[in-house]
Amino acid sequence: MSDQVTAAAYAGPVLAADGTLLKDRLNKTMRRRKLIAAGLVLPLGAFVFITFMFPIILMLYRSVDNPVVHDNMPQTVAALEYWDGQGIPGEEAFAAMVADLVQARKSKEIGRVATRLNFEMSGVRSVLTGTARKAKNMKAPFKDALIAANDLWGERELWVTIKRMAKPFTASQYLAAVDMRFDIDNNMVMQDEDRQIYVTIFGRTLWISLLVSVMCLLLGYPVAYLLATLPLKYSNLLMIMVLLPFWTSLLVRTTSWIVLLQTNGVINDLMVWTGIISEEGRIQMIYNQMGTVIAMTHILLPFMVLPLYSVMKTIPPSYMRAALSLGANPVTSFVRVYAPQTVPGIGAGSLLVFILSIGYYITPALVGGRTGQMISNFIAFHMQKSLNWGLAAALGGILLVGVLFLYWAYSKIVGVDNMKLG
Amino acid sequence: MANPDDPLVRFIEVQKSYDGEILVVKNLNLDIARGEFLTMLGPSGSGKTTCLMMLAGFEPATHGEITLDGTSINNLAPHKRGIGMVFQNYALFPHMTVAENLAFPLEVRKMGKSDIEAKVKRALDMVQLGDFGHRRPAQLSGGQQQRVAVARALVFDPELVLMDEPLGALDKQLREQMQYEIKHIHESLGVTVVYVTHDQSEALTMSNRVAVFNDGVIQQLAPPDELYEKPNNAFVAQFIGENNKLMGKVTAMNGKNCTVEVDGGGPVQAFNVKAGAVGEAASLSLRPERVEINPPDGKYPNVFNGKVEELIYLGDHIRSRVNVCGHDDFIVKVPNATGHPQLSKGSDVRVGWTVEDCRALDVYEGP
Ligand SMILES: Nc1ncnc2c1ncn2[C@@H]1O[C@H](COP(=O)(O)OP(=O)(O)OP(=O)(O)O)[C@@H](O)[C@H]1O
Ligand SMILES: [Mg+2]
Repeated sequence: MSDQVTAAAYAGPVLAADGTLLKDRLNKTMRRRKLIAAGLVLPLGAFVFITFMFPIILMLYRSVDNPVVHDNMPQTVAALEYWDGQGIPGEEAFAAMVADLVQARKSKEIGRVATRLNFEMSGVRSVLTGTARKAKNMKAPFKDALIAANDLWGERELWVTIKRMAKPFTASQYLAAVDMRFDIDNNMVMQDEDRQIYVTIFGRTLWISLLVSVMCLLLGYPVAYLLATLPLKYSNLLMIMVLLPFWTSLLVRTTSWIVLLQTNGVINDLMVWTGIISEEGRIQMIYNQMGTVIAMTHILLPFMVLPLYSVMKTIPPSYMRAALSLGANPVTSFVRVYAPQTVPGIGAGSLLVFILSIGYYITPALVGGRTGQMISNFIAFHMQKSLNWGLAAALGGILLVGVLFLYWAYSKIVGVDNMKLG
Repeated sequence: MANPDDPLVRFIEVQKSYDGEILVVKNLNLDIARGEFLTMLGPSGSGKTTCLMMLAGFEPATHGEITLDGTSINNLAPHKRGIGMVFQNYALFPHMTVAENLAFPLEVRKMGKSDIEAKVKRALDMVQLGDFGHRRPAQLSGGQQQRVAVARALVFDPELVLMDEPLGALDKQLREQMQYEIKHIHESLGVTVVYVTHDQSEALTMSNRVAVFNDGVIQQLAPPDELYEKPNNAFVAQFIGENNKLMGKVTAMNGKNCTVEVDGGGPVQAFNVKAGAVGEAASLSLRPERVEINPPDGKYPNVFNGKVEELIYLGDHIRSRVNVCGHDDFIVKVPNATGHPQLSKGSDVRVGWTVEDCRALDVYEGP
């Protein structure tokens, strides 16, 4: 090394054929290559960022973002800043509130403010909009005027809620997403019994996803094994049959399950006809959890079969033969020699199916009835119907964290390098 | 238990076809003695692996019977045959350590834990891998994996071990060392080995007997020296070792010998092994080291004029390509002994050989 340095120092910098510095030339040519390489991935990178990363970041931001009260009731926010939350605030807070109500009504933002507060404390919407109509004509002392307009203004809870919502960022959506809320003293407590839903739905989502993954594994493993071991002639045909569902619309497949499974559907008719069940005993197989599990298993099966197949394909038949020749019967050989080598495929397939299941929407929506709804259906509800986007974002955020956690757990237990998707 | 002199394995008129159209193994009759090292040697696709698979039970025989220890095993499941097997790719279970691999056949035999440990240790010591028990197969070199595979096939004390080209993936030097080790293990354990290879030097150095396969038929079954010195037909002569082939027509028969008129040459006196009747085509087989350059007059009945085309110096001998009787691929090995003839390219020479060394065989056209 040092020899080279001294040699180079004696000889001076190395020059290329055209007299420029060799190093510069090298950099120039390499830079060209790097630019070309970057140019090739740039469109995809930009696409992924704009359509994937950016919306996720936006969603996560929206789940904690809380601008409505902060932006539209600036005077109240300022007046409540040093209120200790005991009793009810002083006159200046009431005065600020009246001024803000007037202003908000003028700028037509009062509806949004009322809606936002109503998410936190039901019944507030009408109080706020009603009071706002009268606020213009109110005279000091505003405390009495407001309480006269509605008794709720004399309640500590309302003011505590407003003060809490005055912050530009809030964790209340995440609390709501796990069936919790802030009580009057800003402690985190469980929602009232009759208003707890999301924990149950998260639990049900995990349970259905687990069930679907297990079903897919049980049904997919033998198929993958056949695919990997049958002669090419037959395995090609089988492969086409496995992939066939991919070529049909998801909607068509889901609705065909309705035709098959509904109470007056093909399967029930057949069972009545053969006398397995009576006319009155028709089984409810759809519009419930069972329908969701059946239809989702069918739709997600290829995602289990393909990773399994790609792993099994690489296991030479000589392993099974070796086990047999060593005296293990076929079952032992399979369990102790073949199956352990398919673990990467089982892991990859199960993880894939599970993660896809957790976020599944269209199938539960169509065939899930009431008991087969999953968390995505509630996210959609808050996106489209109740317009509580913050809560929808929080539910989505929890889902995202759950999936990331699963992935992390998988990589700890099995190792991501061991995962084979194709 | 059958008589110890009875063969351990018998193939009786065994045929095998995979597709119902082509016979891959044609009417195979083969007895394998106890303690024997028998090698199946032959070109690719000649049916060696198929025979081994039928013996191991992974392929059913289409016709005929295979017996082990005197009882038919045609309908015996592979795992009940108790035959050890070494595969070409070793087939070591990648998710088990070396020791677990070796313990596997003992565990499925429900052997006690301490017995298993002792046997595994003994087997590992046998292949000089005593310290490698805790490693995974992927952490071993090719040669070490090969040894583990051999140890695993032997650890449960089978009477018969099958090896299908076990050294095919190793480099030349390692292969020679392993040949020696396998041979050594065979001798010390007295186990019967059926070995498949298409490397003839491997077959010759290791075996008690070699079965030369071609086209689903055993061409010759003999000890290595006999195979080399007394090939039974043109295929074996050509397949084993280096061989000079002279084509011609039989002109006369006299007892054990015959006269063959070589195409473009003259009459050659040869030892008749498998030549047809007078007037039919025959091939003559002659080993390059059995030809003498410029022999004394009257020493050999067969003397021909030739011209040196090429000389390659190989240390212990000089390989000369000579044009004899119109064949320009006639090889003569001139030993580099004291006073050996000095040859130069293009010089005219005489070559001569005995009747016994020149074997008249059938005509093998090649695949
Ligand atoms: N599973 C199979 N199905 C159909 N044909 C087969 C099968 N296995 C082997 N064959 C055919 O049988 C013939 C003999 O094959 P085999 O594997 O016994 O040859 P081999 O002597 O072991 O050759 P190699 O030295 O290349 O291993 C070949 O023509 C081969 O194509
Ligand atoms: Mg073979």
